[in-house]
Amino acid sequence: MPTIIFNRPDDRSERIDASAGDSVMQVATTNGIDEIVAECGGNAMCATCHVYVDEGWIARLAPMSEEEDELLNGVAAERLENSRLSCQIKITPELDGLVVRLPDRQI
Amino acid sequence: MSASGFAPSAGVPHMDIDPFSIEFFEDPHPAHEVLREAGPVVWFDKWKVYGVARHAEVHAVLNDPLTFCSSRGVGLSDFAKEKAWRPQSIILEADPPEHARTRAVLSRVLSPTVMKQLRGSFVAAAEARVEALLAKGSFDAIADLAEAYPLSVFPDALGLKPEGRENLLPYASLVFNSFGPPNKLRQDAIERSAPHQAYVAEQCQRENLAPGGFGACIHARADAGDITAAEAPLLVRSLLSAGLDTTVNGIGAAVYCLARFPDQWARLRSDPTLARNAFEEAVRFESPVQTFFRTTTRDVEISGVGIGEGEKILMFLAAANRDPRRWDRPDEYDVTRKTSGHVGYGSGIHMCVGQLVARLEGEAVLSALAKRVSAIEITGPATRRFNNTLRGLESLPVSIKAA
Repeated sequence: MPTIIFNRPDDRSERIDASAGDSVMQVATTNGIDEIVAECGGNAMCATCHVYVDEGWIARLAPMSEEEDELLNGVAAERLENSRLSCQIKITPELDGLVVRLPDRQI
Repeated sequence: MSASGFAPSAGVPHMDIDPFSIEFFEDPHPAHEVLREAGPVVWFDKWKVYGVARHAEVHAVLNDPLTFCSSRGVGLSDFAKEKAWRPQSIILEADPPEHARTRAVLSRVLSPTVMKQLRGSFVAAAEARVEALLAKGSFDAIADLAEAYPLSVFPDALGLKPEGRENLLPYASLVFNSFGPPNKLRQDAIERSAPHQAYVAEQCQRENLAPGGFGACIHARADAGDITAAEAPLLVRSLLSAGLDTTVNGIGAAVYCLARFPDQWARLRSDPTLARNAFEEAVRFESPVQTFFRTTTRDVEISGVGIGEGEKILMFLAAANRDPRRWDRPDEYDVTRKTSGHVGYGSGIHMCVGQLVARLEGEAVLSALAKRVSAIEITGPATRRFNNTLRGLESLPVSIKAA
């Protein structure tokens, strides 16, 4: 079972066991990671599941779509090079140990 | 069995409920429970259609648009058998792959980036509205707030002329009634539709849309080659159809909730940053858009129930939003609930493209109320407005006091 590590804005860290096939957003919202809002429920519409992917992991993710790229321009916290929408990151066994940092706001 | 057979597959529970009757609309929740508990798929004898009312099945149908298509209409009428009452929508009533192109245009016009630009003016208008209502003291929360606020921001954001805006709500009401069966609500609406349709067709034209608004931005996508010049007015029409009555009912639902549940109002007042979630929870709890249909494109199974090709399936978004299989304490309005996953805006590729506008309006109104108003009291009978698809009030007399 892949483990995903969420680093909160106050530096607390959560390790959560995830199922392959779920999105990082789903793992977060079903495990009490309140920093992920996901208003649209994972339909790539609202840009409220923004995460910063750890630099060591960013290149190992599937590339983002044009739609995700545009939505990231509308995130509430600052968009950085390693910004992604967590609803668009599908968990695979290869992502065991993925580290993401949570922004301080989504709206 | 096929649609022409007028009988469901064996074992599907028969419902003698009419989900488009006034009696049903007056209090749909007990009937929703009956539908949910009867089985994963039910059959309506009166309209010869299947229905799904549980969250899992509604979500599954919404998220398989190739099997459960929209191009044959998202109302009871099957466009493969009957001519649509208006030119078919090129986004709502379209399927992949064609849908992706038109959808991308509206997604861009109503994107999070655009909302950031609109936020300031939408918030200021909500604050001004609440100040004016405080000065009045007593008013109708539907006409004077739930309708007046969206009417004060949305038509301007679209770039509509001032003249003729009185057609907007009747046109939207017509569109949402038209998704229902050929009952009195639908027939009356279509009979009276000519002037509203004429107004809308005119307003969708490029020369009638102010620069910088949503409408002009849609036409600009035609210049960019994303859509044709003939398609642009039809996409503007989608915003005129679905962008106003929905938020009116959403804001009305939220105010009605906060007026009925004082503990939740107190919670919101103690933390006005809950405004956005309080609105979202009202959309789950009241589900302003109650239902939509899909049509099967092939023989398919839903939760073990076989359904033939060409069958209409009625999805009860409102019942899914209170399904105890999905929600803890589903019949409670809770401004702190984690609402992600509700289907009040649908789900999947057709999920409400204007959801960010709706949330911005809802948040702006509830936030202004929470900051400036100490108490909301219902002072007269709340009366219901009946529509084949929309749930909302006709009138909600209230009085408010300044904080």
